[in-house]
Order: sequence, then structure tokens, then C-alpha cells
Amino acid sequence: MKIKSPLEVYNYLPRTNCGECGFDTCMSFAAHVIDRSVSVMDCKPLVEEAEKDPKVKKKLEELLELTATEVAEVTIGVGDNAVKIGGEEVLHRHELTFFNPTAFFYDVWDTMDDKAIEERCDRVVSYKKFYVGNFLTLDGIAVRCTSNDPKRYREVVKKVASYGKPLILVALDPECMKAALEEIADQRPLMYAATEGNWKEFLKLALDYRVPVTLRSKDLDVLKSMAVTFKQAGVTDIVLDPVTEPLGEGLKGTFERVIQLRKTAIAGQDKDVAYPIMVTPIAAWLIDGDDVSKAYWEAVIASMFIVKYGDIMIFRSLDQHVVMPTITLRFNIYTDPRTPVQVEPGLKPINDPTPDDPVFITTNFALTYYTVESDLTSGGIKGWLLVLNTEGLGVEVSVAGGQFTASKVKELMEETGIADKVNHKYLIIPGLAARLQGAIEDETGWNVLVGPMDSGRIKGWLEKNWPPK
Amino acid sequence: MATKKFTLEEFLELLKKYNVEEIEGVKIEGDLEIEFEGGAGIDLSAIAPLYSMLSEFGNFLYHANMALGYLQRLSAALGIPTPFAAQPAMPAAPAAPTAEVPAVEEVKIPEELIKAKFEPYKEEYPGAIEEVVLGATKADGGSREYTITLGGEKSLAFYTFDAPQPHLPAIAIDVFDRRPMLAKAVRMHYDDVLDDPAEWAKKCVKKFGADLVTLHLISTDPLLDDTPASEAVKVLEDVLQAVKCPIIVGGSGNKEKDPEVLEKAAEVAEGERILLASATLDMDWERIANAAKKYGHVVLSWTQMDINNQKTLNRYLLKRVEVPRDSIVMDPTTAALGYGLDYAFTNMERIRISGLKGDTDLNFPISSGTTNAWGAREAWMIDSPIEDDTPWGPRELRGPIWEIITGLTLSLAGVDLFMMMHPIAVAVLKEVFNTLGGKVSGGVSDPGEWIFMEV
Repeated sequence: MKIKSPLEVYNYLPRTNCGECGFDTCMSFAAHVIDRSVSVMDCKPLVEEAEKDPKVKKKLEELLELTATEVAEVTIGVGDNAVKIGGEEVLHRHELTFFNPTAFFYDVWDTMDDKAIEERCDRVVSYKKFYVGNFLTLDGIAVRCTSNDPKRYREVVKKVASYGKPLILVALDPECMKAALEEIADQRPLMYAATEGNWKEFLKLALDYRVPVTLRSKDLDVLKSMAVTFKQAGVTDIVLDPVTEPLGEGLKGTFERVIQLRKTAIAGQDKDVAYPIMVTPIAAWLIDGDDVSKAYWEAVIASMFIVKYGDIMIFRSLDQHVVMPTITLRFNIYTDPRTPVQVEPGLKPINDPTPDDPVFITTNFALTYYTVESDLTSGGIKGWLLVLNTEGLGVEVSVAGGQFTASKVKELMEETGIADKVNHKYLIIPGLAARLQGAIEDETGWNVLVGPMDSGRIKGWLEKNWPPK
Repeated sequence: MATKKFTLEEFLELLKKYNVEEIEGVKIEGDLEIEFEGGAGIDLSAIAPLYSMLSEFGNFLYHANMALGYLQRLSAALGIPTPFAAQPAMPAAPAAPTAEVPAVEEVKIPEELIKAKFEPYKEEYPGAIEEVVLGATKADGGSREYTITLGGEKSLAFYTFDAPQPHLPAIAIDVFDRRPMLAKAVRMHYDDVLDDPAEWAKKCVKKFGADLVTLHLISTDPLLDDTPASEAVKVLEDVLQAVKCPIIVGGSGNKEKDPEVLEKAAEVAEGERILLASATLDMDWERIANAAKKYGHVVLSWTQMDINNQKTLNRYLLKRVEVPRDSIVMDPTTAALGYGLDYAFTNMERIRISGLKGDTDLNFPISSGTTNAWGAREAWMIDSPIEDDTPWGPRELRGPIWEIITGLTLSLAGVDLFMMMHPIAVAVLKEVFNTLGGKVSGGVSDPGEWIFMEV
């Protein structure tokens, strides 16, 4: 985004404070344009006026240009499941934040039998991993054309589309691609891929069907040439695939191409390559070796490019040892560094506790809190959970760093009035805070019990230690 | 005027039958009928070249969007405006961008690609990361067979297209002077050596390919065995005898005891240029740094994920103790994947960039306690405690990869030295470093083969 201040946006707005956008003032709307929670196009009076008045139209176009993301944003799919990729502004997350998490697509191919296709689609759609208060899920399915038969491909694409997830259509043959697009172009799939060999046909398909298209070439001159050609012809939804080579010099080359593309787009201000980048960790399955090694290497390639600029990926392995680390890494890299992942401190009663139930304490780091809370809740444990404000730090770090101290525990106990809610004086602290046991006892006058290192073990621990003897 | 309604198929038929020069006042109606007014005459010969293309689309003309697209092309080809003003309601179609009717512009597919040259943006930093040598050979008064050099970068990690990277990250494997708590998947690889640190160190180097060994003297912890410093360092002497790689020595983390333990370690390892782990702000860092200086070792400057504290401690070491610039390595703290890795990554990345930009308080090599990854429950727990989670699969496979991804991520932030434990994690990360460092030749013959593979 070229402009940084709401005031600069405000100057382009009608300044009538009409409230149609849902905000009280144009200034407030402008602030949300800057933080990217609304789009300029959400200002209806401006858009309507632009349709009538060429001067206003010019103003609107200027504003759109000034507020455009550094890297183009491309939407794949429609409705609630649609996924946005690209739209990034910076090279390093601490400079602002990364906006659209890398989209994860998992492959099926059209010569698989229908039952196997259904099984894989079911696994993609139903995948869930609990993490900081929510479930992490997968984004979409890439349907590869291995039959080279437009009819079969179309049939399989139709079947897979019925799962409602965004799709990548993987076919280099224009006839096969066309057959699939005839079936599901209205679902806004991503075409994969236009190459030096088929770009004319794919350009035509992109224009005819108005769907996003991936351009694929190892040669960055060619890749840029294709991007310029497609844009000139009127295609704006472009994804760049600089070709993922899974091994050796090839992988080193891939690393260089991906980084150079993004660096040149943002730092070098080259708008002709400022598009989302496709990486295909699935290429790891071309290397020699057993399935475990291939899956491991697939996770390695994916991780490398989750950290460095991959906006959309095609995976083969749905095994947890590939999915869980990569999806967790994606969450970590794409959390907003400006707002630490923390929850409100205070007292949280778990499972309708009685005055006889135990009192626990944990930190307000979202990960710690949700882990403990879900372990207690799902374990059917009744209790009182004190949440200490450690400025969003976990137990170990906050004990070491002085955010988790006996005096702060005392303050929290006083604020929450926990002593009046229970008829005992036992506080259970995390195993990782064991060294504070004595200090908290001195400070609060309560008996402090050192709980397990991991809250997953609280249940077994309570069986032995509660009620205290 | 009387109007006649046609379906699209009838329209195609009509094109066949009549010679029409122009179409005027074409209207499209709800159920995809085309209506046009009055005595239109169509010149078939004028559109003959288009005809085969048009009939290709015939099999999906029932599809609303396609039919519209077809009409636009047809009208464009015939040079008549598409009557959007008269466009009636479309058949119920999903609210997709494809359902929008684009403005009529003649679609021109160019014959050739528009040639463009990609000019990569080159980044040059004014600063450089200090080079720090660990270990000393006979020539330098030690007994190591080789040394390890950390640092020397002039660009971000593995950005060899911006500047050459003289040294790839090194990997140290952890050894403890008493049985530590270890995840089962890690412990199984060390079961035979857990009570013998010297043998343990040998195994790390000979079997698992460690560049260095980190000896943690945890038995000195007053809450554990409270081993006296003078006794604990005997294990260090054993390890120095057993292996010929550079050595890192760690204390127990006890703030009162560590300075004493590390001082003693520095003394018995005189000349070997070991890395003393660690000096921290909340203990007697001065004593540890002085010991490093006195006996020619390197000091690990450890802070808790805070760039300002890291800067402060480094300044203390440089200014107050006058530790030489080539004798400091930093540990800004490693949090595991899923457990604060985002903080660790960004903190290290900021430190590295500051160093490259010329901040001489921060341009030291970075070390990571990657073994911390094993604290993540995803690495060691049998399965998810959350009922709705997709099952977690075998932990033997999850654990090592948790350590790999933690290390890999931090290597991209600029870490130069990894302290690790699982042999597979060590092997895979080494392969990653060698690959990105340009030491692995070859690749696959056709990286596009996955597109068509039938497995």
C-alpha cells in the first residue's frame, strides 16, 4: 500500500459521514482502509458517483491504485470457503505482518478410482487440529489430470467440486482444462498451468472463463514475459510458479527464484512480478527413497517456503507428521506480530466448579491458556482457573523473565476474590513454575502444590493429589 | 414491431440458413433465449472462419455464463454492440465473478509473448556478522582435530545470490552428565550411553555426525546432585579426551552455581577454545565472561527473546569485560514450533538484520537450543488430548520432524549454531544446510513430472 495515513485516504472520500459503510465517519472508514479490514469499494457513494462522473471515476481509480497491496491478492473459490492468497506488503513479518496465510491444497488425480478419490477428499475436508482456541483446517484440493481424457477429467473435477472446497485444476492440456472449466468455472478454480508451450490457449481460457491462472516457468525472464502478456490481455488474477525442484542444486535454485521474485516485487517495486507465488512440495515425491523420507522432505520443502514467500502450495502427503508441523508453522509465521496472542487475565470457572474444587493458575499466553483450558474442560475436571497477565508469555519464559512472580499471583488472587469462592487454601501451579512454590506460599499464605509439566497430565495428577491430605 | 424468439440452438441454425449482414437489437432473455427484431439478414460467409470455433462451444451453450461469453465473442467478431442494457435476469447462478458480464472488448491473443527481462533486486548490507572460531587445534594450543567457524555472513541466511556465505550453520548434539528427562523417541537412540558422557559424546560424533558436542553439567544443580564444580569438570576432561571436535559446555541454569561451574570449566579446558554456555543478565555474567577472556574461550550471551536485552548484555560483555569481538555468540532463546516459534523467529530475524545493517552490538553469530522442540506435546505425546482432533499418527515420526522444522525455520532467520538431539533431525537439517549452501549437486531430471504421475 503506497499510502500509510488515514488522512490521505480521507481526502479521496465523499466526506459526508453518511454511514453507509457501517462506520460513523469517513475518517473511521479511512482508518479501516489503511488496516485493510475494508476495501475502498465498500464506500458505496463513491463507487456509485464514479459510475456517473468521469472525474470521480478517476479519483476512485487513483485511490484504488494508492491502496493496492504490494503483491496482488488473488481469490480462489467462492463463498465461505474461498481462499485469498498474496496481498502481502512486506518482506519480513516484523515490518508489519504477513496477511494471507499460505493456502494448502492436497492432490487427487483422475485415474484414481472413485472410492479412493472420495477417501482423500473426505480427509482434506474433515481435517482438524486444535490450536489457540480454534481448529486449523486445510484449504482445498488440486485435481490432477493424469488420464489425458477431457471427459474423465471433467467428471472427476465435478465430483471433487461437490466437496465445496476451492480447487486447483492441474492439467497442461488445454482441452482437458477447458472440459473442467465448462463444468466448474463458476466455482472460480485456479488453473495450473500456463507454460511456454500452451500459454496462448491458456490465456484464451483465462479470458473466456474469468478464472485465476498459474504461470509456470523456471526461467524468470519467461515467467515475467508471460505475466506481462497476460496482464496486457486483461488477465489480472495471476499466480507465478517458478517451478519447485525438490533436490540439490535444483532446490537451491528454487529457493533463489522464489526469494528473488518476492524481493524484486516488494523492494524492487517491479509490479510485473508482484503476484502470489506457487510452490509445489509434492515434487518431493519425485526423489528416490521410501515414503517416509519423501514425506519428510515434502514437509521440509513446504516449511522452507512457508517462511519464505510461498502463497499457495500443492501437497501429496496427508500424513499427520507432514500436515501438523506445516499447518502449525503456517499459523506461527502468519500471526500478527503487532498483537501478541494473549487472552484476558482473570478467573475462569471450569465445568461449574464447587467451593471444594481445585484452584489452578496459568498464564494469559493464548497457547498456554487454551491448552490448559481445553485439557481441563475435555478431561471433565471441575476447577477454578486463574489466568495471570504475563503479557502474553508462556510459563517457562515468564517465570524466567519476571512476568510470572509471587507478588503478581497475590494481586490476581485478590482481584478475583478467589479466597471467597473456595473453602480451601490450595493453589496448583504449573510444573514449569515449580521454583516459585516457596515464594508464592510466603506471599499468599496459601499451600502451593506443584502440578505436572504438561497440563495433559493434570487428570492423572489430580487422582493422586486431590483432595490434598 | 413483431418479434420472434429463438433459443441459442435455433440461433445457430439461423446462422446456417440465412445470409445476415448485421444483427441489430439483439436481446437476451431469462431462459437463455435470444430475441432479435425485424428482418435481420446474416452473411454467413462473413463469419465462416469463426464457425468451427463457435460450434465447438455448442455442447455447453446451455450453461449460462458460457452462452453469454459466446454471444460477446460473436457480437465482437461481428462488430455489433452486445445489448447489455436490455439484459434480463440471468438464470440463477452462483454469485461468482464469472457470472459478471465483462465489458465487451475484443479479445486479442498475441502471437508472441511480450518480451520482458527479470532484473533481480540486489540487496547489499553495510555490516557483516563477526566470524567466531570454536575449538583450537594443536597449532593454536589446543587438542582439537578441527575447528568450526561461525558467522561471516554479509547477507541473509542462504541468500548466496546477494553475497557469498562463507560458513554454513554447524550442529552440536547435547550430552548430559546425568540422565536427563528425554522424550522416548530421543532416549531410544542414547539408551546405551546415558550413564557415560564420554561414550555419549563419541556416539554423537561418530554415529550421528555432530560437528560439535554440548556437554551440559546439569548434575551441578543444587536441586539435583549439587555436584561440586571441581568434580563436575572431570567429565569435561573425559569428553575432551573422548572426542576431538570443538566443545560447548553448559551449566545447570542455576544462577548462583553456574558462574562457578563455568569458571572451573574454562580453567580445565584452557587453550581448547570452548563455548561457555551461558552468560545471562540475571546472573554473574561478568565472572563467566572474565573466565572466557582469561582462558581464551568464547562466551554465549543468552537472553530471553528480547532484542534490547540482547543488545544490553552484548554491550556489557564488550565494554565492561572487554571480551574480544570474535569471542561472543548470542542465544536469543528458542521456542518450539507451535509454542512461540513466531517470537523466536522474528526476534532472531530482527537481530540478524540489525547486525547486517551495521549495529555492532548485535552482529554476532546466533545459537539456538533447538532441542527445546521436544517440549512441544505434538512431539512426544502418544495422541491428541483433544477429542475432535484428527488423530496425530505415530509420534516416532512426529517428534523428529518437530525438531527439524523448528531448526529449519530458525536457520532461515539466521541461526549459525544448532544444539540438537534426535539423529534423524540432525541428518535432515544438515542436508538442508548443504543443499541451500550449494554443496549438494544434481536434482531430479524433470521437476514437472509430478503433474502427471499416477501414484
